[in-house]
Amino acid sequence: MSDLLKRLTEARGVSGNEDQVRQLILEEVTPLVDEVRVDNMGSIIAFKKGVKSDKKVMLCAHMDEVGFIITRIDDNGMLKFAPVGSIDPRILPSKRVKIGDKAIPGVLGIKAIHLQEPSERETAAKAKQMYIDIGAKNREEAERLVKPGDYAVFDSECVYFGDSKVKSKALDDRVGCAVLIESLKGSYPFDLYACFTVQEEVGLRGAKVAAYSIQPDIALVVEGTTCSDVPGVEPHRYSTRMGEGPAISIADLTSYSNKKLVSLLIECAEKADIPFQIKESVSGGNDAGEIQRARGGTMTAVVSVPCRYIHSPSSVADLNDINNTLRLVQEFLKGCEAL
Amino acid sequence: MKDLVKKLTSIYGPAGNEELVSQAIREEIEPYVDEVKVDVMGNLIAIKKGNGNGKRIMLAAHMDQIGLMVTHIDDKGFIRFTNLGGISVPNSINRRVMFKDGLAGVIGYETEVDSWKEITLSKMYIDIGASSKEETEELVKIGDVAIYHPHFSESNGKYISGAMDDRAGCALLVQTIKNISSTPNDLYFVFTVQEELGLRGARTSAYALEPDLGIAVDVTATGDTPKCRPMAVSLGKGPAIKIKDASVLAHPLVKELMISTAQKHGIPYQLEILEYGGTDSGAIHLSRGGVPSGVLSIPCRYVHSDSETIDASDMENGVKLLTKILEENINI
Repeated sequence: MSDLLKRLTEARGVSGNEDQVRQLILEEVTPLVDEVRVDNMGSIIAFKKGVKSDKKVMLCAHMDEVGFIITRIDDNGMLKFAPVGSIDPRILPSKRVKIGDKAIPGVLGIKAIHLQEPSERETAAKAKQMYIDIGAKNREEAERLVKPGDYAVFDSECVYFGDSKVKSKALDDRVGCAVLIESLKGSYPFDLYACFTVQEEVGLRGAKVAAYSIQPDIALVVEGTTCSDVPGVEPHRYSTRMGEGPAISIADLTSYSNKKLVSLLIECAEKADIPFQIKESVSGGNDAGEIQRARGGTMTAVVSVPCRYIHSPSSVADLNDINNTLRLVQEFLKGCEAL
Repeated sequence: MKDLVKKLTSIYGPAGNEELVSQAIREEIEPYVDEVKVDVMGNLIAIKKGNGNGKRIMLAAHMDQIGLMVTHIDDKGFIRFTNLGGISVPNSINRRVMFKDGLAGVIGYETEVDSWKEITLSKMYIDIGASSKEETEELVKIGDVAIYHPHFSESNGKYISGAMDDRAGCALLVQTIKNISSTPNDLYFVFTVQEELGLRGARTSAYALEPDLGIAVDVTATGDTPKCRPMAVSLGKGPAIKIKDASVLAHPLVKELMISTAQKHGIPYQLEILEYGGTDSGAIHLSRGGVPSGVLSIPCRYVHSDSETIDASDMENGVKLLTKILEENINI
């Protein structure tokens, strides 16, 4: 799992440009399933025929990650950009990025501190005050390497460190992708559809059409979610706690989990002695929002791996949480048939 | 009607937790309809068949009310919460709340602030009188939802209660179901879920039912209190026929149908333009290839508080108007 997660998180896959992640996942899942297809939006739908029933269960994780799109090249060869997905601009200055299919290296730059007005130092810098420096001498040289519309992604190595922790970009939601791939190794009584969706970070778009075409009876979304158990935050605003197991959502801004599925998840965790937590906030949203409301409605639930510093080049997760999320998903799938 | 409104507004049913409301409505309407079912989202759907020559009409009123979801229990047993739908700070300070099992609590706030403007929901808490985390955890768990404590009053022909939004609409539909003698139309009365979280139940039920016409029944704001935001809707001047809100522009033919039916039968009505907010028709009219949709609104003061106030005569006239609309042949 740790080798798989490293390869998944280091692959480039900003929303709308998930190709590298898609190729990697296609190679992983093709030997494990009966049929695999890429839909018109670019999501992977891997199908595993059930041995007993025609019940349809959908597992869902999104392939895309937050990043940037190049909007303009200045006379001096600097690149202007727009964020893709939600990124805290305070974390951006001096971060390394890779641009386009050729992975041109660049650095996010901003006006030096001694040139800033006192008032500017008081407020957080905005993304539009920044630029990407690819070391080009002028516009012509930059244009040879990069064009407007190219995507830029955080350049960040996946590193295992500390007490079973992992640091990398894109843990949201490559942890989910890894869990889905591992889950496909099992065999199930019902028809299983593992969906690796596109464009979640820009509005749950891949999941919307995938759920429409699959028409699942039951759907489980596997996510990376916010974890703020850090100094300076009051405990009632932590949302999740690292190392305390997969977080089960009761509700978030886009969906209200089906109560039968939540009960099943809790029952599975307790029976198999898997640590778990109930997510202590309703912030954020994920693919479950669109899946729940596809066609006439779908039973949905969400389990998430807590990720500190989410949507940054250095998000951090606990390997035990990831493994326990996989165990919980496997137990849940065993229990699905009886629903 | 008063008893029905009182009964429905006193039932616990925050968004995502509409089961008790659904059960109560089902008991009220079951003898009067041909079929009742609950879909996967929890919408309660009651079908009254026509003679085969009419339209498929979807009527929607949402069962859910706004609520406060438990997110954290601290060491002293105080409960931190987040909003499910439009819970606001001013409408919540020191108000009483109720959990599903009837457990009562009070919404307090961290009083060491300099100004009321600094108070946010994350600086507020629910006090259930417990003195430790363990004591609270025996009664309440993360994800449980409280509502403003229900209490019904009647004053000068007005009904006052929490959850008027939209149990008043549910009551209007229930009474209409009971009143209708015969109809050419196939009527699908949908008591929807999760309207307060984004018109969710209406979206899936409209998809499944494929109606020819959609009418939502919900409360709307008024402009008839001292120095309020201007709006040409008042309590007691009749049900309001919606022109627009932020979620829908009423279909001209549906609007016209409502107006002409009111005029024909001498039922008072007013026209409503709501500059914010939305209701189930916002989801219904965009279902599949589009559904001509309108809204019958019940004027309501103090929406999203524990003292939502409506006028008894607007309810009576609303039932009259909707009954007449549904009993006739519709050409749309």
